[in-house]
Amino acid sequence: MKYILTAFLTVWLVTGYSQPKAEEILERIDQNMSSENRVFESSMTIHGKRSSRTITSKSWSVGDEKSFTEYLSPAREQGTKMLKLEDQLWIYSPSTDRTIQISGHMLRQSVMGSDLSYEDMMDDRKLTDTYDAEVTGSEEVDGRKAWVLELTAKVDDVAYAARKLWVDAERYIPLREDLFAKSGQLLKRSVMSDVVEVDGRWFPKTILYKDMLKQGDGTEFKMLDIKFNQDIPEHIFSKASLKM
Amino acid sequence: MIKFLIKGLIRDKSRSRLPVIVVAIGVMLTVFLHAYITGFMGDTIEMNARFSHGHVKVMTRAYAENMNQLPLDLALMDVEELLNNLQQQYPEYAWTPRIQFGGLVDAPDENGETKAQGPAAGFAMDFLSEGSREADRLNISKSIVRGRMVQEQGEALLSDDFASKLRVEPGDEVTLIGSTMNGSMTMYNFRVAGTVSFGTEVLDRGSILVDIEDARLALDMYDAAAEVVGFLQTGFYDNEMALNTASSFNNKYTAAEDEFAPVMKTLSQQGSMGQYVELSNVWAVYITMVFVLAMALVLWNAGLLGGLRRYGEFGVRLAMGEEKGHVYRTLIYESVLIGIAGTIFGTATGLFLAALVQEYGIDISGMMEGSSMMMPSIIRTRITPVDYYIGFIPGLFSTVIGTMLAGIGIYKRKTSQLFKELEA
Repeated sequence: MKYILTAFLTVWLVTGYSQPKAEEILERIDQNMSSENRVFESSMTIHGKRSSRTITSKSWSVGDEKSFTEYLSPAREQGTKMLKLEDQLWIYSPSTDRTIQISGHMLRQSVMGSDLSYEDMMDDRKLTDTYDAEVTGSEEVDGRKAWVLELTAKVDDVAYAARKLWVDAERYIPLREDLFAKSGQLLKRSVMSDVVEVDGRWFPKTILYKDMLKQGDGTEFKMLDIKFNQDIPEHIFSKASLKM
Repeated sequence: MIKFLIKGLIRDKSRSRLPVIVVAIGVMLTVFLHAYITGFMGDTIEMNARFSHGHVKVMTRAYAENMNQLPLDLALMDVEELLNNLQQQYPEYAWTPRIQFGGLVDAPDENGETKAQGPAAGFAMDFLSEGSREADRLNISKSIVRGRMVQEQGEALLSDDFASKLRVEPGDEVTLIGSTMNGSMTMYNFRVAGTVSFGTEVLDRGSILVDIEDARLALDMYDAAAEVVGFLQTGFYDNEMALNTASSFNNKYTAAEDEFAPVMKTLSQQGSMGQYVELSNVWAVYITMVFVLAMALVLWNAGLLGGLRRYGEFGVRLAMGEEKGHVYRTLIYESVLIGIAGTIFGTATGLFLAALVQEYGIDISGMMEGSSMMMPSIIRTRITPVDYYIGFIPGLFSTVIGTMLAGIGIYKRKTSQLFKELEA
């Protein structure tokens, strides 16, 4: 009996002490995923029901307040630009030479037909600022130990009321994420892979997004090149730069 | 004999005036209501056919299942080939590709900033191809309020109310913001060629009409169309023929499990139109039947009253040796004459009223606010050849049947009691 009790206490102490607190995990994720600023080139392959197509773009962003994206290919999308300033979003279409502000329900529309919405793209806030978390266990994801976290929104203006995260227990990078509506319905799922170390932080280079309410095989987002803490000129984040 | 009866009817006003008026009113109502129903239901069916449903429509199976949502990602591909096949296999129809889409129409100010914006229902049709009858089919030339018809690519027609709301005039530029068939956001500039009013709440609320090639460019739908609609060359919807065509077409694709395989639906197989088509077919028959029955009862009653009033006259005639059959027959002949006179008078009045409503219409736009069904906001009657003779059914037959029923009493008179009755 004494041995059993000792073994139980040992296991409890080991697991209890080795499992970090939820807030700590979120902070470590934010340290990896958020940055002062970043510049990256990416490709987005949208696997539709009938065909797949790839869109490439270059983005500049500062914190979670400002970002500017220019689409590079295919020809139909080339030159399309998006500017986000705080909670406002503008799109410039070169074929019409018009800049349109996206607001209201349009923010929930798909970006370029992908499984991502404008709202998804706009919400770059830190998880620690927007969600309360609770560690509910650990699982193995793609051969790596992961903490399972359940997040509940603590602010009203987030796109998803709840999230479930599988976080790499060593690198503190989400490996999988389920996004839920207030009703509890699963809306989106994302799977992160190709985790690499860039400038001392871990970052997933490939993310497969799947809108669970949409047909198709999801959208594969690949980070082709990413640089953190760059010197980004301020004029990029102006409406004038949309037409340049 | 007939001359004698006519004289009798003319001289004895009590025998002719009331029955003729009753018959005329009944016939007038029958003729007018038939023209009204033909006009209203026919207009609604043809309007839905012309603007939306076609007499038959080809879509992908997946699109057909969700057609209310206008899912462009499920649109037909390789449309030119499909059109050629349809034209060869079913030459009794005129085939044309169409795209219905939703989006926002944004009107810019002089600085290119949004001046006004509103949700729009888009209709893309073949306006510019040589020999296309789409503009005539939609009667666009008569629906133009300001400006002119689309004459070149990049032009659009806006519903007049919508244009006023956006504060745009013909010649101004507007931007369509919508989704391509891949789901990408798209922006496309159109110059407003003119504004239109179709007299239908659903269309006049906020619609934009563009040439299909412009829509294909805007919505990234090369050689694609949401639907291919077919119109019978006769110009009028024939449900039986449409059902046969759809069945013949669909039989060719029964084996294919591809959800993007084409499927043909008739107008009556789309939404609530089936019920409507069915209703329009039987409605005129119902109304005529009801009138025949009602008129028969009224005229039977009138005949009974007349018989009672003419009780003495019949008695004298029978007492003078006239056969019961002869009295009965003359009564029937009289009713035939009354029926003919009432029918002619009632038909003329009914046609006159129907012609007035056909010309001027009845404005029911106030009742149509918020309606999602495509219905004309001005109801017009439609005078058809049937209206010239439909009145004879209640007017003549009911009168005669009523008189025949009422006249049976003649045979119940007993000659032995006639003089007693006359003495009394």
